Amino acid sequence: MTQSGSPISASDVAKVARLARLDIDDAQVAHFTEQLAKVMGHFSDIDALDLDGVGPMTQPYPLINIMREDVELPCLDTDEVLAAAPASDERRFRVPPIIGLDD
Amino acid sequence: MSAIPSTASEIAAAVTAKRITARAVIDDYLSRIDARESEIHAFNLVMAQDARAQADAIDADIAAGRPVGPLAGVPIAIKDNMCTHGVETTCSSKILEGWKPPYDATVITRLRTAGAVIIGKTNMDEFAMGSSTENSAFGSTRNPCDISRVPGGSSGGSAAAVAAGFSPVSLGSDTGGSIRQPAALCGVVGVKPTYGVVSRYGLVAYASSLDQIGPFATTVADAALLTEVIGGHDPMDSTSIPLASPSLLPSVSQGVAGMRIGRVTDLPAGAEPEVAARLDQAFAALEAAGATIVDITLPSLSYALTAYYLIAPAEASSNLARFDGVRFGLRVNAADTNSMYGATRAAGFGDEVKRRIMLGTYALSAGYYDAYYGKALKVRRLIAQDFERAYEQVDAILTPTSPVVAFKFGDKVDDPMSMYLCDIYTIPTNLAGHPAMSVPFGTGAHGLPVGIQVLAPALGEQAMFRVGGALEVAAGGAQ
Repeated sequence: MTQSGSPISASDVAKVARLARLDIDDAQVAHFTEQLAKVMGHFSDIDALDLDGVGPMTQPYPLINIMREDVELPCLDTDEVLAAAPASDERRFRVPPIIGLDD
Repeated sequence: MSAIPSTASEIAAAVTAKRITARAVIDDYLSRIDARESEIHAFNLVMAQDARAQADAIDADIAAGRPVGPLAGVPIAIKDNMCTHGVETTCSSKILEGWKPPYDATVITRLRTAGAVIIGKTNMDEFAMGSSTENSAFGSTRNPCDISRVPGGSSGGSAAAVAAGFSPVSLGSDTGGSIRQPAALCGVVGVKPTYGVVSRYGLVAYASSLDQIGPFATTVADAALLTEVIGGHDPMDSTSIPLASPSLLPSVSQGVAGMRIGRVTDLPAGAEPEVAARLDQAFAALEAAGATIVDITLPSLSYALTAYYLIAPAEASSNLARFDGVRFGLRVNAADTNSMYGATRAAGFGDEVKRRIMLGTYALSAGYYDAYYGKALKVRRLIAQDFERAYEQVDAILTPTSPVVAFKFGDKVDDPMSMYLCDIYTIPTNLAGHPAMSVPFGTGAHGLPVGIQVLAPALGEQAMFRVGGALEVAAGGAQ
């Protein structure tokens, strides 16, 4: 929670949008901040619960160490997979430069 | 040639016995789609040519005396978040528009092996995020019961396809109620099996610890048949429960004599009075059929909405990171990869998907993880423990499926919290991982369908289908 009492601020929203690789402009930041604050305001209902000693539940049906035999099996067709990509080159996915041209 | 039957089991029996051809069945359903699809918009893609070829292949097998499966010649519509090899799979999102998966989901393979004919891919809320199908990038689906109203969501296209008679059965996915709520709003049967009973291989992930595939049908028996066909262990899904598919059809007609049915005395308020009245009627009907009604409490249920809207977006923010313009779908070109990611995702995702990605990213971010996500996982445990205690006293629980009947377009789409409240009775089951189904049970306000939800403990599908079957019989008297 932020100190102001509002569960999420415009700067929080701008930051998570950046972390989530979503380009949003200032008007959208304001719009999403208002909506997300309303949703997160509802979340304070669990603040009053005593959760000491309660273990987190990540899966409904815990299964561990799901392995298969280490044998070769058919895999996806490389040409078919690459055909569905926005760009490919020499049997690889092609992307823009990792380091920006301006950097 | 006799008339085309309306249920999957009757179609399969008639096709197998050569009373009708699979081709005649598919042609009949395609003509129904032609007549009314422009009004309903249940489908993102109708696979007319491909469906006719599939039907011809079934007819050839039957003519040659080769064995066919339990769904021989049965048309089925598939929610557009399940991979179909070489056939466009969009999740109703611009970011996946035009993408043709290089493989079939396990459920698709099982349907094909059973002789089913895939008739098309159905509209949905983008990436299964929504309760009205208004979040589709390709336009809303209309409720066949009243086209000024939503069909529910996120599997609204699959529910509407069955309600409109475009397909006798369909598949949806249910993360917080996305099969059961549209089933209730469209007046059809919808089932969410136990988490891990149906393989998620080839289901585009929204929230992996909650997602489960299940059927829509016009009868409880067809829903049981479909669950039998698609269920059972799959080594391609590491969360698949290592058990064979359960036998469910016999349970449908078994009756509820001697069963203990739970009535939740502290159920979160909010149901419309007509919906609450139908629930009372359902309890009375089950009691008359020989069940005992037992009052139970589920004190943590009121916190389920908060736990869900932290856990599901957190998982979604991670799952949807794969849509980055590199391997599939949309790319918006930019000077470097980082700019390309941001521009592609901004252009490709709709507002609700962006909201949930941001909510999830926030809940998982440094400094907030313990306060939000960590706490939500503990609340999830409390809810599961509540159910465990309840199922020591009862075999199944009844609640409304949705607090409201089908609402008008635009009523809730700009108010996320009021939309989220549509799922208040369906979400707890997903958190616990239990099976649940919605059975049509009379009408509510404006003469619109009401669904009653049957909940059962993990792997309690047989008990659930017993109650579902009894409700279906009783619903005849509730119309």
